[in-house]
Amino acid sequence: MARIHVTTPITPEQARQIRAGDEVIITGEIYTARDAAHKRMVEDLAAGRPLPFNPEGAVIYYVGPTPPKPGQVIGSAGPTTSYRMDKYTPEMLRQGVKLVIGKGYRSDEVKAALVQYGGAYLVATGGAGALLARTIEAAEVVAYEDLGAEAIRRLRVKDFPAICINDAHGGDQYFAGQSQWVKPDAMVKPKPPVASE
Amino acid sequence: MRELHVDQVADAVARLVQEANFKLSDDVVRALSQAKSLEEAPVGQTVLMQLVDNYTIAESERVPMCQDTGVALVFLEIGQDLHLVGGDLTEAVNRGVAKGYTEGYLRKSMLNDPIERINTRDNTPAMIYIDIVPGDKLKIKVDTKGGGSENMSQLKMLPPSAGWEGAKQFIVETVAAAGPNACPPMIVGVGIGGNFDKCALLAKKALLRDVGTPNPNPAWAAREQELLEEINKLGVGPMGLGGTVTALAVHIEVMGCHITALPVAVNIECHSHRHKEVTL
Repeated sequence: MARIHVTTPITPEQARQIRAGDEVIITGEIYTARDAAHKRMVEDLAAGRPLPFNPEGAVIYYVGPTPPKPGQVIGSAGPTTSYRMDKYTPEMLRQGVKLVIGKGYRSDEVKAALVQYGGAYLVATGGAGALLARTIEAAEVVAYEDLGAEAIRRLRVKDFPAICINDAHGGDQYFAGQSQWVKPDAMVKPKPPVASE
Repeated sequence: MRELHVDQVADAVARLVQEANFKLSDDVVRALSQAKSLEEAPVGQTVLMQLVDNYTIAESERVPMCQDTGVALVFLEIGQDLHLVGGDLTEAVNRGVAKGYTEGYLRKSMLNDPIERINTRDNTPAMIYIDIVPGDKLKIKVDTKGGGSENMSQLKMLPPSAGWEGAKQFIVETVAAAGPNACPPMIVGVGIGGNFDKCALLAKKALLRDVGTPNPNPAWAAREQELLEEINKLGVGPMGLGGTVTALAVHIEVMGCHITALPVAVNIECHSHRHKEVTL
């Protein structure tokens, strides 16, 4: 496990270099998108319209921030649960998105797509919205303003802290971490990873 | 008969939803502090330290500790000798929620309809629960509950033959399946008995108890402890990254049930358990 500093956009080589368990410290521009925004992006693509941002090497953060107080850049901004984006993520990776950030388990299809397209799934600490907001230096809505908290925003972040869970090589840090601490007589065991290189 | 104007209810609700989001209650702070001393995994300890930093920032800057400022659960215990005057109680509670979420810069996460999905832009409707109790006071308990943990909750109508072992298995499996999705270390609210709807309500009400306060019935307090130990064997740990503290507490509420039934409901709450109350 390593600590890796990356600056956006992410090159294919950088994305493949990130391994499950690595701390990934991100600086640069990242895009927010949640359920409703993903649904609309996929509809846009199907209708032949371009995505509202250049997907090549892009980073998507699953977050719906609280409104900023006067004088603030952004309100509280922690990750939302990722599985709700599972249906849309393989297409985003196919479009060139390299890193997605949320919290929680991903589907087998997403894990396979990370291997196929060379991307990584990262998590930030859920609920730590006030702490994570401190790494956000600028925020502006770039698309779907009518979705409110779910609109697509461009964030400028400095040293945003994340941990890689699923990498481009089939690594799975939830499985690795939980396997290390599960007791032999536990009623349920961690679910083994399926995608592998 | 004592009278209470519903405007006072609206004002109290507006204040409570903000206080709940900006300042973690003492019981949860204590539980997280205890978790830090029990967690053996270094990565788990790091996560717990981040959570402490997070609620410290939230309190000092009066910003929400989590961006999901939740659905407003409003539990009203109304004294039967109290007369509420000045308007519609439900409307007053919703007015309070709208005011609190708007003036507090809290996120509005509520939609008009589950399929149409248009944001109401003021976080209404609130989920309102009413109990009529002795006396002439009104106790208002507010829990601003996030969607991530709520989505991981389950209810199952078990056959009576499943017994405690079957209930336990279902509860532990539900927590394991929730894993990192529900922002552990979590608080596990369990309802056992009643019927389909009462059981779910028992699980929700179990979350209202101050974290770690045992069920007053010693047999059920022992089962809470047994479940907590089973859950902390899972290895899920803080944020699912592996560790020895998956849950801060298990609270069980029970009720009698039909001879055919053994309903069990698991309502999961994240570490950011935001609850506040006041008596008017």
